[in-house]
Amino acid sequence: MSDYQLEEIPVGPYKHLVSERAVTGETMLLNMGPQHPSTHGVLRLLLELDGEIIVNCIPDIGYLHTGVEKNMEAKTYLKAEVMSDRLDYMNPLGNNLAYCMAVEKLVDLDVPPRAQALRVILVELQRIASHLVWLGAFGLDLAAMSVFLYCFREREVILDIFELVSGQRMMTTYIRPGGLWRDVPVEFEAAVRNFLKIFPARVDEYEALLSKNPLLQDRIVGIGKLSAHDALSYGVTGPMLRASGVDWDIRKARPYMGYEQYDFKIPTRPEGDTYARYIVRIEEFRESLKIIEQALNKLPMGPIKSDDRKFVPPPRSEIGTSMESLIHHFKLWTEGFPGPKGSIYNAVESPRGELGVYLEGDGGPKPYRVHWRTPSFNNLSVISLITRGHLVADLIAILASVDIVLGDIDR
Amino acid sequence: MDNRLEKIVQVLQENAGATYEEFRGELHIFIHAEQIVDVLTYLQDEHAFTLLSVLTAVDYWPQENPRFHVIYQLTSLTQNMFIQLRVPVNASQPRVPTATGVFDVANWREREVADMFGIEFEGHPDPRRILMPEDWDGHPLRRDYPLGYEEPQFSFNFEEIDLRKPYVKE
Repeated sequence: MSDYQLEEIPVGPYKHLVSERAVTGETMLLNMGPQHPSTHGVLRLLLELDGEIIVNCIPDIGYLHTGVEKNMEAKTYLKAEVMSDRLDYMNPLGNNLAYCMAVEKLVDLDVPPRAQALRVILVELQRIASHLVWLGAFGLDLAAMSVFLYCFREREVILDIFELVSGQRMMTTYIRPGGLWRDVPVEFEAAVRNFLKIFPARVDEYEALLSKNPLLQDRIVGIGKLSAHDALSYGVTGPMLRASGVDWDIRKARPYMGYEQYDFKIPTRPEGDTYARYIVRIEEFRESLKIIEQALNKLPMGPIKSDDRKFVPPPRSEIGTSMESLIHHFKLWTEGFPGPKGSIYNAVESPRGELGVYLEGDGGPKPYRVHWRTPSFNNLSVISLITRGHLVADLIAILASVDIVLGDIDR
Repeated sequence: MDNRLEKIVQVLQENAGATYEEFRGELHIFIHAEQIVDVLTYLQDEHAFTLLSVLTAVDYWPQENPRFHVIYQLTSLTQNMFIQLRVPVNASQPRVPTATGVFDVANWREREVADMFGIEFEGHPDPRRILMPEDWDGHPLRRDYPLGYEEPQFSFNFEEIDLRKPYVKE
């Protein structure tokens, strides 16, 4: 078609983000999402393509923005916690922990050792469950259907444990400021031990299916390389940062909830590609299992809540006999407890990276400002950098390896 | 306060006129808006604060002067330290120079703050809204922005409420 004329294409608000070739129509602008199955939720990507090569990738987020930070300002410290479950829905217990630790730091509240150990066990189980969903979706995106089914089979065992302790499979709100909602039932230890027994062989099974599989390796080795410098500049944390060779894990650097008592390693890889991110997460399965086993072996007896009645509700048995307890119960569930004037920042290591809560109190019963520093937000922002020059099919692999959760990004 | 942090605070007090507060063992350093980029560059280059963990803001409405604090939480991986910088911003001129030249993460985080608080980041390469729709009015995380509820529509008052119901403009 020799008489074909290139026309000026309207690129509207994206003009400063695409190359000049998009304006002349030489490259194609393609919309991917927000309903695309491999964007893992409602993520929209605007791709500038030269044939099948990605010239630019412009993420568009906010489809799942629910105003969690604004809503939390209108609730008491205790009621605001239920919102935290809904942020990163793959990691509800981790979010509970981040929020409760922030509240505990703000009001200066201690947590008894048994509650700390149980928190560690549950959060590590949650990390495994989150990585299982990631591995399943990762396999599915790269056309390994069976891995998805295996992963969800194992995840079910973990969710059953959560149901056992909290009555809920996902939106648990089990970790509370000052400790836990209630003690774990007697079946808990056997259930966790059963999981510890079956899971190592299952991880080997996943590895046998995937790690040395040439079909998978062809698609992920050397794809989406992220250097350590870029990773830090973009605020990337978690397994993605560790796959770029930076040995940084908040559980080791600033141990919380007694992580310093447990012996575990921080898996790192120097390559920074999609394969490295895959290997790091597989290794984290094994390290989390180690932590759970150690915590379970030396699980102390004792209370599971702080006995500071100004912040932690009294047990039901006391309310019938103690006037004081009745007053505390009434005050806590109607007015809530006051947070002091001041602000704190507290970060924990979520399955996706540094999950931080900035919490500011103004002396009243409601938080003045809550900011969630969610890891997926930063991890996704690097996508335009690491997909540049790759094929569209590689974009799917890279996106899967970032492990995004849109609830975590949009808040 | 940590010895290493004490030295940093001293330098910032002398060169940037910074003041500081401590709460629960956390250090909050107040910096003037025009000096924030220099201070961030200094901390990144000289003290290995290579990770900008948090960039957010707080609204102190109805207080006008300053109305906002823009917050920068920095982490040093090699020294395992963290430090918080706070930039007071007035209600009449909510402007802060952009930190995108120092940290790439500032790009999205500043867009978020601009979207949620209406603080302008001067020199930002991509000043679009990030979470709210492009044509949204107002900045939701400001304290004077109502939380908002939807009026329930029943068959008897459906039309009446429909008239004043906000829809996304095409």
